[in-house]
Amino acid sequence: MNSNSKVFPDADAALQGVVKDGMTLMCGGFGVCGIPEKLITALRASGVRDLTVISNNAGIDGAGLGLLLETRQIRKMISSYVGENKEFERQYLAGELELEFNPQGTLAERIRAGGAGIYAFFTKTGAGTIVAEGKEQRVVDGETYVLETGLVADVSLVKAWKGDTEGNLVYRKTARNFNPNMATAARITVAEVEQLVPVGTLDPDQVHTPGIFVSRIIQGAHYEKRIEKRTVRKLESANAVVA
Amino acid sequence: MPWSRDDLAARAAHELKDGFYVNLGIGIPTLVANYIPPGMKVVLQSENGMLGIGPFPYEGEEDPDLVNAGKQTVTSLPMSSYFSSADSFAMIRGGHINLAILGAMEVAENGDLANWMVPGKVVKGMGGAMDLVAGVKRVVVLMEHSSKDGECKFKARCDLPLTGTNVVDTLITDLAVFSRPTRNDPFRLVELAPGVTAEEVRRKTTANYLE
Repeated sequence: MNSNSKVFPDADAALQGVVKDGMTLMCGGFGVCGIPEKLITALRASGVRDLTVISNNAGIDGAGLGLLLETRQIRKMISSYVGENKEFERQYLAGELELEFNPQGTLAERIRAGGAGIYAFFTKTGAGTIVAEGKEQRVVDGETYVLETGLVADVSLVKAWKGDTEGNLVYRKTARNFNPNMATAARITVAEVEQLVPVGTLDPDQVHTPGIFVSRIIQGAHYEKRIEKRTVRKLESANAVVA
Repeated sequence: MPWSRDDLAARAAHELKDGFYVNLGIGIPTLVANYIPPGMKVVLQSENGMLGIGPFPYEGEEDPDLVNAGKQTVTSLPMSSYFSSADSFAMIRGGHINLAILGAMEVAENGDLANWMVPGKVVKGMGGAMDLVAGVKRVVVLMEHSSKDGECKFKARCDLPLTGTNVVDTLITDLAVFSRPTRNDPFRLVELAPGVTAEEVRRKTTANYLE
């Protein structure tokens, strides 16, 4: 491995010298779909504390960011939805955990804006609700818009399906979600992939995240990929969806 | 007899039109997918980053990388596409989705909607609901007419924290359908569940509406 290489041997090595107490961290995933599970485990092992974590959800009990809640490494969450997590609810109601709710689209756009160097933007989302309280508002053509600021983190942890040694990433299905946006919005982005391939293997037309956004990359192994709600149909069922 | 959960979903399916891009909320709204009229092309959008949601997978074919916004395993269709959260909400906030069908805790006579939190009790979050009501052209709400304590949920004013102001176009409860042509109009009672009378709806409703 030459000194310029983005490739690290494992998740622990990839976080070394990058994570520290009190930092702000973005973490990709929707529920536990597309979460950087190896990097979360390594973050837990690193023992860093007082983290502010920007993530759509807070994991579930025993998986994803739920692992960092168990060890009390998170001080504050910026999320859009935190259901399905008893430990989160307990810590929040006991006042041990700070929480900032963002509408999901506002969260995604704040991250996109942060990564693109846009300081702030006006959106209709949240106008007339508690989300708008304390924020600058502007009325244009009779519509009220709320000023939301871009988000930038010290470190982003993202998960992709394939990546090359240059840091180009390709995501798979709905495991993409917040990962490509978060990859752009941190000073250091660490990516974990299921398949790490040599440069020249990925079709440049199919790359979702260009390598410029990725500082470090690892190949994970033995993915757990937990399913939150397993829903299936019977072979003889004519109906498309049953709930 | 009041409408059941499935009846509500079937009635909501009347709001679909050929060629619509539609976002279905979690819970009863998800059931609307079962009642898309045969031959009608409706494309379902899921805010976690998918257009063209297919049916649930057959047992053994579940893919952890393929879920809907309710985190349920789903499948793709030949026309499906995947995209990032920012692209997904560009569709939603940019007005590209024709219709959103959502659940609710309260709806007010002025079209205000509350469906994301109960102070001191429910701390789950709004997810994509605030973006959907702010950006989608037409919003249909499905809910029980009254709470478990018998309190009417279609009210003069919402008591719970709002998801959006003046955002509901049509309200379908287990008793009746209320609709309005534009967001400057008041709601009008347009349909009754079988065996339910206008008088019963009036007695059980605290919101003002036209008949």
